[in-house]
Amino acid sequence: MKNEWKKITRFRLFLPIMCLILVLLVNVIKTPSFFFLSVRNGVLYGYIIDVINRASELVVLAVGMTLVVAASGGTDISVGSMMAVAGAMSCYVLSGGQVSVNGYAAPWIAGALSALAVATLCGAWNGFLVARMRIQPMVATLILFTAGRGIAQLVTRGQITYIRVDSYKYLGNFIPHVPLPTSIFVAILVVVLTNLLLRKTSLGLYIQAVGINKDASRLVGIKANKIIFFTYAFCGFLAGIAGLIASSRIYSADANNIGLNMELDAILAVALGGNDLAGGKFNITGSVIGAYTIQALTTTLYAMGVTADQVPVYKAIVVVIIVTLQSEEFKKWFAKAMAQKKPVEA
Amino acid sequence: MKKKNAFNETTFLLKITISLFVVMYALGMVVFREKGFIHFQTFLNLFISNASLIVIAAGMTLVMLTGGIDISVGSCVALYCMMLAYMMERQCVDAVSAVAIVLATGLGFGFVQGFLVSYLRIQPFIVTLAGMFFARGMTAIISVDMITIMNKRFLGWAQDKLFLPFGGYLNRKGVLVRPFIYPTVIIAFITLVLIAILLRYTKFGRKIYAIGGSEQSSLLMGLNVRRTRLYAYVLDGFLAALGGVLFCLNTCSGFVEQARGYEMEAIAAAVIGGTLLTGGVGNVFGSLFGVLIKGTIETFITFQGTLSSWWTKITIAALLAFFIILQSILGNRKPRTGENQ
Repeated sequence: MKNEWKKITRFRLFLPIMCLILVLLVNVIKTPSFFFLSVRNGVLYGYIIDVINRASELVVLAVGMTLVVAASGGTDISVGSMMAVAGAMSCYVLSGGQVSVNGYAAPWIAGALSALAVATLCGAWNGFLVARMRIQPMVATLILFTAGRGIAQLVTRGQITYIRVDSYKYLGNFIPHVPLPTSIFVAILVVVLTNLLLRKTSLGLYIQAVGINKDASRLVGIKANKIIFFTYAFCGFLAGIAGLIASSRIYSADANNIGLNMELDAILAVALGGNDLAGGKFNITGSVIGAYTIQALTTTLYAMGVTADQVPVYKAIVVVIIVTLQSEEFKKWFAKAMAQKKPVEA
Repeated sequence: MKKKNAFNETTFLLKITISLFVVMYALGMVVFREKGFIHFQTFLNLFISNASLIVIAAGMTLVMLTGGIDISVGSCVALYCMMLAYMMERQCVDAVSAVAIVLATGLGFGFVQGFLVSYLRIQPFIVTLAGMFFARGMTAIISVDMITIMNKRFLGWAQDKLFLPFGGYLNRKGVLVRPFIYPTVIIAFITLVLIAILLRYTKFGRKIYAIGGSEQSSLLMGLNVRRTRLYAYVLDGFLAALGGVLFCLNTCSGFVEQARGYEMEAIAAAVIGGTLLTGGVGNVFGSLFGVLIKGTIETFITFQGTLSSWWTKITIAALLAFFIILQSILGNRKPRTGENQ
């Protein structure tokens, strides 16, 4: 019995799945209609759909963040700002520099591609600082964390740019005749494609190797710096996708609010997914489950009357608890405490 | 020998910083001559508007010397301003006790962060990132509305002009305008000098440099690394609270969005002032020049009049990027031993 319990708790996805179940249970007790689905105007409605829908950006970010954490043992805190830059860029291109438009000034794809290009560029800049210049990841990304929103403000000239075109809203809402929100599919697509990329090539293995021991992997011939650079650029690219979704939801570019506080959520998703924030082995599935858990938690907190400004308090406490449980010192101390206890029991 | 190299690097960086400041200020005097940049008061205003940043940058320098960092300071400033405003306006706490409570909270906040970093060995970034979101969220929990401080005693401290006996000039009407400073500037300077003395002449100060230089060697030397690091964070928490009080004396209000991005300004000030991100090298007077450069950029943007205030943040970020790349290049050229964080 004890051994089996140990086997279960050792399972890599134990922590994220337990947390998800816990949050869902709380929700079901509080709102019995949590799992109910209904069809209105040909689309599915329900709490659970809402959670999965709203978690899409976070899932996309969490995938990028997992790779960054795994390869460099640091985190990218500029993802929220990069989302704002991407949103601002796409709206700037599509509106042709006007504040509010009812038709595209450029084809949609041009806006999307320029947004992704800018976000990837931001990620590459982070990657350059971390991999080439060997600056601690958080200081390197702190630059864009603060300046990114400033850049987004400059792109939109301090105004909220509206794109009042139906097709711009597709990405963050519904495509006609499809019963599920589009962003769900985007999130799934990103997860599947990234997994394919990591599994079918040796990239996943290399990232883990670099994260576990950078020098050793460099000595066996892995281009460690290039791998780290790639993870940051890729994280930027994914932040761009998330930014497009977020901007499509509100069909505008709001430089101050797109992706606000998302960096903490993304880091929390990675930690909750059972990944070690010191780098090395990673598990994207864990992070994805972590992301859905956090969105469920956020929705629960909102339902309990906590405002968006106040939510970070609870998340910060959760982060501290998780990293404390992960910490080697705490494990040692805990093991010691348990060992001292045993003889007394026997 | 190695230590000497590192020392030379930092004086080199500091020289760049000081000359950059002098050049920028001289440039300002020429470009904005008509608008009164040349007056001594403009120079004093640098200190008046950045008194809190001087104190916070000193705290940041302390933790950066140990090889850590604290990105929670900006949110903490917002929290402390809100606490002061809330206590004095909504709870009728008198000004002295309100300030005392805030300073005590700062010590407590620093202790928790320091404990997590030093005794549980969690990365300082993660701890202070959580601290940053915690403090900002707590600010919103206290009040989502802006609270303006009306407390007479507090406003008295904030508006008590101390005129200087020198540096005055005659205005167009022929009246002597004497330059002035606020008490905040004096508090900031006393703090700066005390921290400098602490770092230079006390055992605690030397220990901070030692563990920043090489944690392993410090351990082998028998220094209590954990406790020293804990104290550094406690002191940093206290200085953040003191900085918060000074910030509040400047703005006399509390609201959620206050001091956003302040952490980067403090880090930038320390880095521009020659403190190495890897720890062990730097001093608080360098950080003072970092603050002055930031203040000069801000003054430029105010004098220029048409640029958005976002340019300040972008310029600071660009300067920070420039200086960390410079540090990195210097660091890579002369590989230092014991570069563990």
